[in-house]
Amino acid sequence: MKKWTKTTAILTTAVTLAACGAEDAAEPVEVASAPDLSSVTDEYRVYAISEIDLFVTETEKFAQAVKTGDIETAKAAYAPARMHYERAEPIAEVFGDLDPKIDAREGDVPEEEWTGYHRIEKGLWIDETTEGYEEYAQQLIDDTKLLRAKVETVDVTPDLLITGAVDLLNEVSTSKVTGEEDRYSHTDLYDFAANVEGAEKIFTLLQPELEKKDEALSAEIDAKFSDVYTLLDNQKEGDAYTLYTDLTDAEVKELSQAIDALAEPLSQLGIVTEAS
Amino acid sequence: MDNFLKKEVSRRNVLKAGGIGAAGLLIGASGAGSLLTLKASAGQKSTGTVPFYGTHQAGITTDPQNHLYFAALMLTTSEKAEVISLFKEWTEAAAAIAEGKEIGKPASNVLMPPDDTGEAAGLDASNVTMTFGVGPGFFQKLAMTAKQPAELADLPAFSFDALEEQWSGGDVCIQACADDPQVAFHAVRNLIRLARGKMQLKWTQAAFQRTKQANTEKETPRNLFGFKDGTGNPDHTSKKAMDEHVWTKSGWMAGGTYMVVRRVQMFIEVWDRTALQEQEATFGRHRATGAPLGRKDEFEQLDLAKTDETGQKQIPANSHTALAHGDGSVKLLRRSYSYADGLDPKTGSFDAGLLFISFQKSIQNQFVPIQTRLAKNDKLNEYTIHRGSAVFACLPGVKKGGWLGETLFS
Repeated sequence: MKKWTKTTAILTTAVTLAACGAEDAAEPVEVASAPDLSSVTDEYRVYAISEIDLFVTETEKFAQAVKTGDIETAKAAYAPARMHYERAEPIAEVFGDLDPKIDAREGDVPEEEWTGYHRIEKGLWIDETTEGYEEYAQQLIDDTKLLRAKVETVDVTPDLLITGAVDLLNEVSTSKVTGEEDRYSHTDLYDFAANVEGAEKIFTLLQPELEKKDEALSAEIDAKFSDVYTLLDNQKEGDAYTLYTDLTDAEVKELSQAIDALAEPLSQLGIVTEAS
Repeated sequence: MDNFLKKEVSRRNVLKAGGIGAAGLLIGASGAGSLLTLKASAGQKSTGTVPFYGTHQAGITTDPQNHLYFAALMLTTSEKAEVISLFKEWTEAAAAIAEGKEIGKPASNVLMPPDDTGEAAGLDASNVTMTFGVGPGFFQKLAMTAKQPAELADLPAFSFDALEEQWSGGDVCIQACADDPQVAFHAVRNLIRLARGKMQLKWTQAAFQRTKQANTEKETPRNLFGFKDGTGNPDHTSKKAMDEHVWTKSGWMAGGTYMVVRRVQMFIEVWDRTALQEQEATFGRHRATGAPLGRKDEFEQLDLAKTDETGQKQIPANSHTALAHGDGSVKLLRRSYSYADGLDPKTGSFDAGLLFISFQKSIQNQFVPIQTRLAKNDKLNEYTIHRGSAVFACLPGVKKGGWLGETLFS
């Protein structure tokens, strides 16, 4: 889950940026000859919505397993289902009311308001039961469907993509690589991989424009993505990632440093909005 | 002001004539050599810039600033070209920081992070210096061992070393010093940001000395044991002394020097319950004045042979001063800072001590013999433990239009 303040900040930033461009035509960012990125944002919209579609389907399977008391199926479905959400986070998290309902961790919200994936995760892995979690499962289905309906309304802008790409990696740095995201199931690397894939999608879409601006930067980002994937692949067997608790301290540090090395050049992605 | 300056110079000359330039406390901070210029600026606001460009790097014979931030880095690339381009970027950034300017271009695209991280905006340059060095691993990782100076070898193991990986080694180091801690940190942070993807942090240490504001008399600084430290440093303002003890002339390193960094933890709780007589016998000096035992003045000549009425050596042979001094023939330039890093989680005691830093033209001929003597017999070893260690070749200075490491890569 995104922290409350951050969610608000993103929305505010988007508004400020838009206002900035409108007010001050001399700003180098929003000059008339700035590239048209509408095909990129359109394509991203299709990608993100298809991920949310899959998220709805897979969440339903997960939640049904919880409702029918099939704890093993529920556990197996938990991490893969979440990956769709984590990939599409830049738009999934736009809704400050739904994101905590679906993805809040213990302590993020008052206990009585705590629902969603992580509440059920604690039931499955700590209490080792689905009993008493049926309502949370149904609530999760309802919330994800509502999310699916709402994402239609998201205005996908270049700002949202550029901020979103780095933000996905920041999520990795601050909660996934520390093992705090999936603290009961320890499936943090699934979320980690999905965040990276989501960031890579944005990069790939913007890459042709980036190459026009700074070919070396594009090549550097490409290489750093490869480094991260190499490390992730070392922790992958079939579709399964190593549990966070089975990683050595050195492996965690290596993953963390690889994200820093990727995110720093990726933070220059905003150059694509500049006039050629 | 002129007269005042001259008076200070003459005092230095008197001191030197007295032979006080001999190596004193190895555990020590800045030298007495800083007396001259520091005295001259006593009471003034600490402002100013130290030029980045020059025959030698800044931050070595520069008057010690109040604060230090040290970072040791590991190379993660083996591409020489990447390192060269980074060193060029570092040159440009360090020159800007030294002038108190922001690095890179002013922010124009709000969708990108600014080039400069901004926490030093509006702050005085605070005499900030950035000193760059390369460690033994640098040459191995870049397949440049042919260029590795023989001087730059890992230190031998000394008695009682308790070195920990988390405080040791490094392929590259950046020593940032400034009269403001935020300015020092800003320098290192921005340089490391430029290195991201090519280098990673290995270890860091923030450290301090008493500030110039707190001691306008500019006396020799005291370490955390309460003793004056650095009385016997060679005069860092003397070109002759620095040419003799610090600057190397050989090959691509000409104009550079070699640096030893040791993270020395001090058992300050143990020290605090040690009787004054024992403390003074440990150092071989009086705590109040810094004078050799049995003497009155800090800068009086050491007489290691002198005995008291009972026939005992006035300065014990196993005292820190006696062992560090040896026969007085070997000197190195110490530029150490104290650190206080919270507590040792195992014992609940302070993790505090000294980030010992010395510069010398030969580690083998200067640091090693002194430290070998100290490690074997120094009474101070009961109260200290060496937790970290690293050696670096500090690159020659950069001339305007040139770049850091140019002689190494050319």
